[in-house]
Amino acid sequence: MAVFENAYKGYEGGLTPQWSRFLVLPRYSLREVFKSKLFTALFCLCFIYPLVAAILVYLHHNANAIQLLQINVRELLPINASFFLYFVQFQGWCAFLLTVIVAPPLVSRDLANNALPLYLYRPFSRAEYVLGKMSVIVVLLSLITWVPGVLLFFLQAYLEGAGWLWRNLWMVGAIFTGSIIWIVLLALLALAISALVKWRVVASGALLGLFFVPSALGGIVNGLFQTRVGHLISPAALITNVWRGLFGHYVREVDRYTTDGIRGRGLVEVVLLEPPLWACWLMIALACLVCLWLLARKVRAYEVVK
Amino acid sequence: MVTPLIELDDLGVTFGKRAILKNLNGSVKGRAIGLLGPNGAGKTTLIHTLLGFHPPSAGTARILGHDIAENTKSLRAAVGYMPERDSFVAKMSCVHFVRLMAELSGIPSEAALERAHEALFYVGLGEARYRSVDTYSLGMKQLAKLAQAIVHGPRLLILDEPTNGLDPPTRARMINLIKGIRDGGRARILLSSHLLRDVEECCDEILVLKDGRIAANCNLDEERKANRKFIELETRGGDRAEFAEAIGRLGCEYALSGERHIKLVMGEEIEISDLYRLAFERQIQIRRLNYKRDSLEDIFLKAMEEEETGATRGGNGNGRL
Repeated sequence: MAVFENAYKGYEGGLTPQWSRFLVLPRYSLREVFKSKLFTALFCLCFIYPLVAAILVYLHHNANAIQLLQINVRELLPINASFFLYFVQFQGWCAFLLTVIVAPPLVSRDLANNALPLYLYRPFSRAEYVLGKMSVIVVLLSLITWVPGVLLFFLQAYLEGAGWLWRNLWMVGAIFTGSIIWIVLLALLALAISALVKWRVVASGALLGLFFVPSALGGIVNGLFQTRVGHLISPAALITNVWRGLFGHYVREVDRYTTDGIRGRGLVEVVLLEPPLWACWLMIALACLVCLWLLARKVRAYEVVK
Repeated sequence: MVTPLIELDDLGVTFGKRAILKNLNGSVKGRAIGLLGPNGAGKTTLIHTLLGFHPPSAGTARILGHDIAENTKSLRAAVGYMPERDSFVAKMSCVHFVRLMAELSGIPSEAALERAHEALFYVGLGEARYRSVDTYSLGMKQLAKLAQAIVHGPRLLILDEPTNGLDPPTRARMINLIKGIRDGGRARILLSSHLLRDVEECCDEILVLKDGRIAANCNLDEERKANRKFIELETRGGDRAEFAEAIGRLGCEYALSGERHIKLVMGEEIEISDLYRLAFERQIQIRRLNYKRDSLEDIFLKAMEEEETGATRGGNGNGRL
């Protein structure tokens, strides 16, 4: 319908493939996200640590630079699994902060403004909607977690040589898997919470609360009962255990000591055991399933009030 | 033969234990269908079910020949929907909003932008298209909703209370747009409204719902033709009484009214031209000829009364289908 004709006309051109339609959402959302100067600044700050890490890797392999800066090579962090574990952890928490800022408006705004019927009456399913919104978070968080992590690994491999690469290739899997699990968990939690509360500010607060309140509760349980079972309700502790497991740093027995028994029954040996790894994986999987269930209930064109 | 716009095949929808739509049957074929009914009659639920938002608990329906349960994607590509409530994507300019909707319907990015501009000019939001939809007035939001509904060139346009809350000029504009789309012949319209005047102006067929059942389904033009029997004439000159007697001899019932008017009920085989012939023979001028017909309001109220008295034709709660 040309403007000058000013008449209704059908569309007769070609259509995009059905599978690619969910990608429309991240394209529009990312444009909106980067309109925020605060977000853009924070996003740039998230690259500082990868940059520092890259410099460290470079220094390890450049004798001239070490000499110039008068650094003892032994004082530098060794480039090994611990180095990459710490990288994944640090960037993981940066990812969490970004999620708190960027994720809540993605779904809550649509729900608050009744936009879902407009999406869902088209040849566009609820699953595609959730996938499209999730991919916004996945793309942004990937750019600050596993993508620089893998690049850093290959920089080290390039400088160290093929032998190091083949000995440590498993770390690429650990970096990627550890980051992706965290990203998926964050994305699902953020979308589910914002779908539930439909209010951006409250959703951001709830997301922060969901990480800190259970951690505090878990800490109380651990302190009261001299155990580590409380970590099962703490997302932070769960993901830390998973990351340690992936990088071969998971230790089940964290402490062993003797203490006075109850009512003078003598000394008691206390062994503090972290929850088993399988339980950590299970809890994360359960959290993801609950989020998916919530999204399936809330992401609807219209909610039926029974 | 015209493809039925909507075919209802024993369609039932239940929320919890409450039946909202009760075994609807029949089909509608018009260019523009008016969906009428009192509040809570099931109009919006019927629309939502046709769009696939609520699964039918019994039976099925077909839109333009596509089963709503089986051909969901191809069906949705052919439909444009304007919801009743405020619906928009926040913090986005109107042209981007409409473009996004076009892209989600499968139109490539550049073509979507072009069509978004065109759709917004068509509905009259051309000058305001770069403003965020959040800042629009109610009337402008309604027009933006219409723009997103037509941007992908649907073959069926479902409009749920499109004139809700509009001032008279904006309402007139909306009605003209709907009539324009209808007369263009490229899209058929299902218009749900509780404003009978809107439906009367835009639609050629109506479907009246009451308590989840079809209370009436009729073609407005045919209904009007069926009611063309009551006529009022205004005359000048000649002998009015003799003219009236001549009309009576033709087989019409008549009554003189005032000094110049004759009211009559036309006989079965009498044409209007017969009246003019009689008037010419008696040198009488017919200055005005009014058909007295049922208004949509009469039809609607009759359907409501029939439902209440249980006198629904068809006997199974499915009205005249």
